[in-house]
Amino acid sequence: MGEIEKRIDAIKEDFELFDDEIEKYEYIVDIGRSLEPLDESEKIDKYLIEGCTSNVWLICEKRDGKLYFKTDSNTVIVRGLAAILVKIFSNLSAKEIRDFDFSLLDKLGFSEIITPTRQNGLKSMITKIVESAQGENA
Amino acid sequence: MYKKYFEYFKNNKNIYLDSASTSQKPYEVIESVNEYYKKYCSNTHRSNFGNANRATTEFEDTRKTVKEFINARDTKEIIFTKSVSESLNFIASSFVKDRFDTVIISSLEHHSNIVPWHMQGRSLHNGLEVVDCDEQQTFDIEHFERLLQENKNAFVSITHVSNAFGKIHPIKNIIQLAHKYGAFVMIDGAQSLAHFPVDVQDLDVDFYAISAHKTYGPTGVGVIYIKKERLDDVKPYQVGGATIKDVTYDRSILLDSPFKYEAGTQNIAGVIGFASALKFINKMKYENLMTYETNIYEYLYEKLNEINGIILYTDSINCIGSLSFNIQGLSADDIGILLDKMDISIRCGHHCAQPIMKKLGINGTARVGVSMYNNEEDIDKFIKSLNRAIVILED
Repeated sequence: MGEIEKRIDAIKEDFELFDDEIEKYEYIVDIGRSLEPLDESEKIDKYLIEGCTSNVWLICEKRDGKLYFKTDSNTVIVRGLAAILVKIFSNLSAKEIRDFDFSLLDKLGFSEIITPTRQNGLKSMITKIVESAQGENA
Repeated sequence: MYKKYFEYFKNNKNIYLDSASTSQKPYEVIESVNEYYKKYCSNTHRSNFGNANRATTEFEDTRKTVKEFINARDTKEIIFTKSVSESLNFIASSFVKDRFDTVIISSLEHHSNIVPWHMQGRSLHNGLEVVDCDEQQTFDIEHFERLLQENKNAFVSITHVSNAFGKIHPIKNIIQLAHKYGAFVMIDGAQSLAHFPVDVQDLDVDFYAISAHKTYGPTGVGVIYIKKERLDDVKPYQVGGATIKDVTYDRSILLDSPFKYEAGTQNIAGVIGFASALKFINKMKYENLMTYETNIYEYLYEKLNEINGIILYTDSINCIGSLSFNIQGLSADDIGILLDKMDISIRCGHHCAQPIMKKLGINGTARVGVSMYNNEEDIDKFIKSLNRAIVILED
């Protein structure tokens, strides 16, 4: 099992502690609230992934051969879900991300992440993560 | 009381409040679609064997049903398309383009009645004019008249009911006024027929676009009513199979309407299913549905209005079907996600009506779309869930 799948399984285990779906989302709201917000100067079009009414900003930085992601959103649940994705894919080499089977994200069971909807930009966020990894040689 | 007519509710526990996106389908609609595929699946207007003749007959009977349903004068006036979007694009391309200097639309249009005009190179005050509305989204008829006076060669294209806000436009007045100034009128009726009757002769409308799937019928079927007097001036949008009387390598002679406008194999099952949907409405009777739905809508409005921080964009007068709202300080998307987890299905977003959302200074709304199969219990569950979502999302 690769590092990314291990991280997904760890998050899945966290969520399995909740009895009902709503409690899970209350937890995601808390994650969204606790996420360090991006500086306003970083919320620029270059980093913007537009949804229907939710916007997500995603910044990719490379340090010591590894990719790190920072994110923010104008809506709290999308912010929480985006924070989870950043936690899964940060501090990895581009190759690790490129080689990852993204269908494994389905394990988390978030329809907001896996559905190709134009609603919230999360699917596009994943595409951006992949593109960031593809643009790097490491 | 109407839920029992819809199989969807036997198979789903969710409260379906997204009928402005698409309606659920009564048993008989699903049955008629199935019956076509199971028992007499054949192409129409081509072959002459028994099942093909039956398919053609059922298809053309639907045309008659639609004609009677909207009180058109002739089946030639009833043309099947795949959607209201296609109907509007068809008339934009085949009748309006190069004929009219100006197209006048309302502030509440769906993108389907905005983008086709942009594709013709029109923009605001450059071949496209938009009628103002007030803070309750009410159509400004005086502004409309001024636009008609200022734009002598205009075409009017207006939605009957706003998909985002449920506001009913006074289209009879709009059509009368437009005709007074010599302008032809197309009405986007996507959100109408599910809720109230439409009489095209009484309205004296030139073009009226209908959606089957929002009217308890199958997806992939629309109708454009074209007043007989306009038919000669409407060019076919696409040509090909089933539109032709005679072809040589030098020229093509097209059939008469409606066939010249229906190129290629149509959505036969869908069209046949649409007849069943219209018959279902007749069986339920509009007068009953209108009373019932108005009561539900007003109940919903009243309950929403009691919520702290609620932002409503219309009053409940002259509205039907859709009701849009926001909660102060919260995102509509977040509300929609949490409601979904509580088995409440609504739509959140700009509802393909970005210009009016921008005018209102918002990204979008949460929209409740009620229909005949919703009841007060649905609304109570929705309100209870909404209150829970607000508690979760508020700091």
